[in-house]
Amino acid sequence: MITKVKDLIIANIGEQAIVRVEEEHLQPILVLQAESLVEIAFLLRDTAGYYFDFLSNISAVDYHPDARFAVVYHLASIPYQTQLTLKVEVENDRRSDNLPEVPSVASVWRTAEWHEREAFDLMGVFFTGHPDLRRILLPDDWQGYPLRKDYEDAETYHGIAIK
Amino acid sequence: MTRYTEGLENYKKKIASITSQEMVINMGPQHPSTHGVLRLELITDGEVVKDIIPHLGYLHRCFDKHAESMNYGKTIPFTDRLDYLSSMNNSHAFVMGVERMLKIADKLPKRVEYIRVLVCELNRIASHLIAIGTYGIDIGAFTPFMWCFRDREHIMNMLEWASGSRMLYNYIWVGGLFYDLPVGFEARCQEFVEYFKPKLVELDDLLSNNQIFISRTANIGALPADVAINYGCSGPMLRASGIKWDLRRVDGYSVYPELDFEIPVGKGEMGTLGDCWDRYKVRVDEVKESVKIIEQCLQRLQLDFKRTPDFDPRGLVPKKVNLKAQEYYVRAENPKGELGFHFITQEKTDVPRRVKARGPSFNNLSVLPELGKGQLIADLIAILGSIDIVLGEVDR
Repeated sequence: MITKVKDLIIANIGEQAIVRVEEEHLQPILVLQAESLVEIAFLLRDTAGYYFDFLSNISAVDYHPDARFAVVYHLASIPYQTQLTLKVEVENDRRSDNLPEVPSVASVWRTAEWHEREAFDLMGVFFTGHPDLRRILLPDDWQGYPLRKDYEDAETYHGIAIK
Repeated sequence: MTRYTEGLENYKKKIASITSQEMVINMGPQHPSTHGVLRLELITDGEVVKDIIPHLGYLHRCFDKHAESMNYGKTIPFTDRLDYLSSMNNSHAFVMGVERMLKIADKLPKRVEYIRVLVCELNRIASHLIAIGTYGIDIGAFTPFMWCFRDREHIMNMLEWASGSRMLYNYIWVGGLFYDLPVGFEARCQEFVEYFKPKLVELDDLLSNNQIFISRTANIGALPADVAINYGCSGPMLRASGIKWDLRRVDGYSVYPELDFEIPVGKGEMGTLGDCWDRYKVRVDEVKESVKIIEQCLQRLQLDFKRTPDFDPRGLVPKKVNLKAQEYYVRAENPKGELGFHFITQEKTDVPRRVKARGPSFNNLSVLPELGKGQLIADLIAILGSIDIVLGEVDR
């Protein structure tokens, strides 16, 4: 499956879109360039023979101590009963005014809207082109991104000591 | 920094700029028909809902963060608390993922697998009974609620007998089970099945074909199949829209391929395909199928895979889960839909780098703004009830 998908992407978008294929896992992972993610997503969703119409899950990953984040997409095709894992990696220096940026796929699968809000909320990944990117699980005035490995809880919340 | 707060500013502007005939109504977090602490911010024009903005997170208990600070076995009790109405199914999914990464999934004794499926299906019935009962009470039918809770209590008692706990079991372990079933469990379970079957007929007479119930649910909140797929809906939500998608069959995990059961789908019997009544009916039919599965499991457990003195349910439980660094996404069919766990393991430690739980209720709920727009407030209650959310899983 993964080689078929790889050939499809190379034929339609180009070789530069694929970074590498990780075959050592139980489910092979296709690592993609962030720039062409949305284009590939539309291609995989709409091409006959693939139809990855169901986005199961999006999870953001922090590779601390490396200065690197990843966003993993788990797709499923309901007509063909197949699965596919995509991954996008971004280098980032972890400054709070410089979040890692990944293009949003909410225009391809609407379910991504909430998944991306969750990734933004907990991991601090900024999804460009998202229609409504704000925190979803934590309060709007929360400081920091708790799922990052280098997160330290705040000393105070609204001026009240909480430690 | 403004780019990062743009979404929040837009939301505030939207609420501030409603017209004079519109009104903002907060439904929740303490609204009884939200089935938990969910706050829906409604922009209404009279009785008509113009827009819905769900606010989540009141029950956020940091499952992901907990899971990456302790080993796999210790995380199982936390999975119980995701969808607390179907704890067995949650731990089954989680445990399957770890077992497949350990490559011991095929070596498990058949008795262990059948016991797992048995308790999962019992739990599925319990979860659907809550969905059906509380849905009735949402739109004014009180009796089915009492009946469903009465029957669910029998299941709770049985599972308590097996695991020692009423709702949060920690019964299914990596590589096996906490204990074998108690002596006499199969017989008592058989008794329950005999007791329960006529109750299902009564429930159908009382609720499914009740004219008031049909008027409140048929043709309300119809969800087309393509919208359901696009919003990541799964489980009874997706099947009610006419799509035969059940991971027990698609993935064929555990011993489900050896069992005989149908996958009920919505047919639009009382109104439109994928309306609230269809979603309700799919759950009722699934309860009947689960009863069939339980009967088959009981038969195999009493004939082919009997209790023997040398049977050890903890035989394959690893002392320490030693995994090489890898990634895996496991999915399983929960009562509410596809529950998934995305594991990223680390070399030389039994603490994962990342465990992300994909809750079916989270995705099923995200379609609510789409379904509820333009409906009456009273119908919104009917739609929300038919989605059957559990906030423990929405917020995780």
